[in-house]
Amino acid sequence: METKHKPTLAVWKFASCDGCQLSLLDCEDELLAVASEIEIANFPEASRAVARGPYDLSLVEGSITTPHDAERIHHIRRISKFVVTIGACATAGGIQALRNFKDVKEFIAIVYATPKYIEVLNKSTPISDHIFVDFELHGCPINKHQLLEVISAYLHERKPNVSPHSVCMECKLRGTPCVMVTQHIPCLGPVTHAGCGAICPAYSRGCYGCFGPKETPNTVSLSDRWQQLAVSRPDIMRVFRGFNAYAEPFRKESEAYEE
Amino acid sequence: MKNKTIKVDYLARVEGEGALYVKMRGDKVVDVKLKIIEPPRFFEAFMRGRKFSEAPDIAARICGICPVAYQMSAVHAMENAFGMVVDGQLRALRRLLYCGEWIESHTLHVYMLHAPDFLGYPDAIRMAQDYPDIVKRGLQMKKAGNAIVAFLGGREVHPINVRVGGFYSVPTKQAFLPLAEQLKWGREAALETVRWVAQLPFPAFERDYEFVALQHPEEYPFNEGRLVSNKGLDIPVTQYDDHFIEEHVAYSSALHSTLKERGSYFVGPLARYNLNFKQLSPLAKEAAQSAGLGPVCRNPFQSIIVRSVEILYAFDEALRIIEQYEQPEYASVETHSRAGMGYACTEAPRGILYHRYRIGDDKLIHDARIIPPTSQNQKTIESDLRNYVEQFISLPEEQLTWQCEQAIRNYDPCISCATHYLKLHIDHEQ
Repeated sequence: METKHKPTLAVWKFASCDGCQLSLLDCEDELLAVASEIEIANFPEASRAVARGPYDLSLVEGSITTPHDAERIHHIRRISKFVVTIGACATAGGIQALRNFKDVKEFIAIVYATPKYIEVLNKSTPISDHIFVDFELHGCPINKHQLLEVISAYLHERKPNVSPHSVCMECKLRGTPCVMVTQHIPCLGPVTHAGCGAICPAYSRGCYGCFGPKETPNTVSLSDRWQQLAVSRPDIMRVFRGFNAYAEPFRKESEAYEE
Repeated sequence: MKNKTIKVDYLARVEGEGALYVKMRGDKVVDVKLKIIEPPRFFEAFMRGRKFSEAPDIAARICGICPVAYQMSAVHAMENAFGMVVDGQLRALRRLLYCGEWIESHTLHVYMLHAPDFLGYPDAIRMAQDYPDIVKRGLQMKKAGNAIVAFLGGREVHPINVRVGGFYSVPTKQAFLPLAEQLKWGREAALETVRWVAQLPFPAFERDYEFVALQHPEEYPFNEGRLVSNKGLDIPVTQYDDHFIEEHVAYSSALHSTLKERGSYFVGPLARYNLNFKQLSPLAKEAAQSAGLGPVCRNPFQSIIVRSVEILYAFDEALRIIEQYEQPEYASVETHSRAGMGYACTEAPRGILYHRYRIGDDKLIHDARIIPPTSQNQKTIESDLRNYVEQFISLPEEQLTWQCEQAIRNYDPCISCATHYLKLHIDHEQ
């Protein structure tokens, strides 16, 4: 009888908070089922057993911030059939990309007493700046149901069903009245990629952009609207300069409001 | 004389990237380094120039395992700077949110990261092949902890509902009913967990540690209290910088924290338990006693029992808070910012998490200091390893290496926090 090859999964970490890979362990109802369909071959956060590569599916969390990591990501590409980046750090550089707007030497001196011990690159950059990436999953953190969808799509050799529309659409789907229209709360929903399920407006809070820019976002028009709501220019700059600060549409918009 | 090196290049089942290096000359350990090789992310630097109100959401991104802790320390530090008191049901809801994080984080560690060491499995997934019901119970308990955080915070990782002054929105009493049912199941499962972990095999290993934790006159500590130790420390949180120092060592991107007067110290579940046993709920106390724990436990390997007792306490406390909950009129108290310094220490699952901010008249953060629990435990972990390796040097190398890893995992080190990894390397010099 022919035995079916069980695909292998590897999880890799670069500069990050571990929250996106934790999302896999947070699939409490599905984790054992996932493990029966795909061999978790390299996942140091969960297991001390490491099976040698190459691997079929690599999930990459975190951004590239050190010379060593800039080399390591190429090795991961070479030993992986599919590379999926997970989260804002891996897809946009993450919150640590705030250094890209400043001089990193100044940052090192603020945090560390002996700067010469610290070896880092000037910029924090997404994985796709370094290697070809097969699929990107956005979010700070990612949505664990979308992660399951990506793994499931891989196993069934189809494209993942992940909507590229805005958080606004998710509010409509959820039936949440618009917080910007009804309560005049500044909200990034119109320009932000869907995926969280529009949580913030459901909790009476404006979206603050965890999932980064949606396709073709009109950030200029949204900033105008925010100004009408009496939001100051520095505040507009700061809101675009968050977890996805280095994603191009958000970067450009924040630069337009630099004083 | 024979020399030996124990080396683990990528420590598994810890949150983040670390390595261990132990160098032996004969039976003596000559060097131990717990290396944190996680790339630095410079939070304290880019906090400067951000608005005070952004601190909880930015600080949360230091750690995906304990974001609530970062949010809690951040909001309490801001409220300290502004002279604000958040009381009543809002204070209770913050405790509830913390209960959720303790349950989620501790259960992850007990079942998925630590228990496999005691039973000889590389991970919980392989452990599940022989102990399916136990691993499934752990997963469901973790799910219950996450359910609290997601209900109150909006989502499990990086909750969105926490702000300086309280919350963006608060639930109705009615909305808590399904959650309460899940937590009642969780409390029973937590009792079974304490019984289960009490039977695991523990190496005889005790040391005279200085334990440091918050202490509060009326409750087991989460967000408030004085900083105390079993060796005479008893200070308000605002005096933290007078008593603790941080050092930068060449092999680690996490700073090492020590007590100025006495050196290394121990934070986390064991410290909290030893300093606050009498504040546990009767159910948690009773379970600890039936598990064979006294009011003081000095064996870090038994931290798995103490963590399980804290899980039980957190379920019990969460249910008490829900039972006494009445929806407050406002989701937050009004914030009037002012220039000044703000200090806070709260009990993250892994121990005290200190935040200090200087806020200007412009409502912006001018300076930030964040000291996570893992950087406070680093020196104690290193001295544990030094003692452990000398005591158990006759063990076969592979077994000794695994047990060194286990000795590190006793502390549930969160290396993402501390740099914000672990490799083990035992070097026997030839």
